[in-house]
Amino acid sequence: MAKIVAGIGCSHVPAIGAALDLGKNGEPYWVRVFSGFEESQKWIAKEKPDVCIVVFNDHATAFSVEMIPTFAIGCAAEFAPADEGWGPRPVPVVPGHPELANHIAQSCILDEFDLTICNKMEVDHGLTVPMNLLFGKVDKWPCPIIPLAVNVVQFPPPTGNRCFNLGKAIRKAVESYPEDLKVMIFGTGGMSHQISGPRAGLINSHFDKNFLDGLTGDPVALTKMRHVEYMREAGAEGVEMVMWLVMRGALNESVKEVRRFYTVPASNTAVGHIILDNRV
Amino acid sequence: MTKATKEYDNIPGTFVFDAERSRQGYHINMFCMSLLKAENRAEFKANEAKYLDKFPMTAEQRDSVLKRQWNRMLELGGNIYFTAKLGATDGLSFQQVAAMMTGKTQEEYAKMMLDGGRNPDGNRYKSEWENKK
Ligand SMILES: [Fe+2]
Repeated sequence: MAKIVAGIGCSHVPAIGAALDLGKNGEPYWVRVFSGFEESQKWIAKEKPDVCIVVFNDHATAFSVEMIPTFAIGCAAEFAPADEGWGPRPVPVVPGHPELANHIAQSCILDEFDLTICNKMEVDHGLTVPMNLLFGKVDKWPCPIIPLAVNVVQFPPPTGNRCFNLGKAIRKAVESYPEDLKVMIFGTGGMSHQISGPRAGLINSHFDKNFLDGLTGDPVALTKMRHVEYMREAGAEGVEMVMWLVMRGALNESVKEVRRFYTVPASNTAVGHIILDNRV
Repeated sequence: MTKATKEYDNIPGTFVFDAERSRQGYHINMFCMSLLKAENRAEFKANEAKYLDKFPMTAEQRDSVLKRQWNRMLELGGNIYFTAKLGATDGLSFQQVAAMMTGKTQEEYAKMMLDGGRNPDGNRYKSEWENKK
């Protein structure tokens, strides 16, 4: 039986990818960011997941305003890194896991979560930056990835509660997969940031800390937070944090926080990271 | 039909990209999306006005693009993830575009971020901005 052994929360700031790609990761500004992931990289290298489900959002890359799926699961054998306007990031093609992805899609749909199925999808920094932060700069990704894209571009995104319940449905799907697989799930995006309009640059460290505390200790309380509160308190784009609740919903009520990191800023954004062990 | 008020309308300095803005800004956003292709970027740079003829925007929207009025584009239905592609085409970093939207120089903006970003206090409600004036 497949099992979700851990959940990982991680920001996906594009500038982090650019810093890595341009070899700026040794500069003090970026050392402050990357050093926060050193222990996590060691941890995941030792844990060796068989598959990672990465909950992320597309930033007008694979999806424009022509089609805006609320939840879309990548079922392809591989996902090419997208050209986001500067040429594709020089990262390896992302291998998929079509069998497990299709199983999750079927199971979730029968569980009344009507996922959009993507058999071809390019992936942007929303997915590849967290993978770099956890796996480093690699020639080949260490395990297959199942991308799960959430609309947070056009308002409204799904509610935090809906995201949390989707996490539960994903867990049920994973646990009904016959092969013994060690699965991890990533929630990405956030933390507080606003990158649009005259209020751009908003950061709310207090909000972020409470969110991380709540994620570990009382996620159900977080599921009640409304979009307007995320936007007002954590910036218009801070609403991305609902994606972390998909990850949290896939875990036990009680989890062990094995790692946390927080720093401000990376470009315009607060960077947050958490690892929750689900084997307690 | 009168326009419904939305509870996020009272957040200052913020244009929430909802269905109404998405519909209004469809062609601005599709124009920006076209800039993901290198050949389109080259064609746009060669003759901006001519390239924009392919996209049936309003005169105001078109003007905001040509003049690089970053906030105005958002107000008229552009979305930041899309307009960022125009910034990239201009060779601007995202932080440069963000600075322009806030009316700060890039140095001022970068310093604000290094100092911990814009504090939410005083920046939650439009009334707080109006009182400052
Ligand atoms: Fe994002």
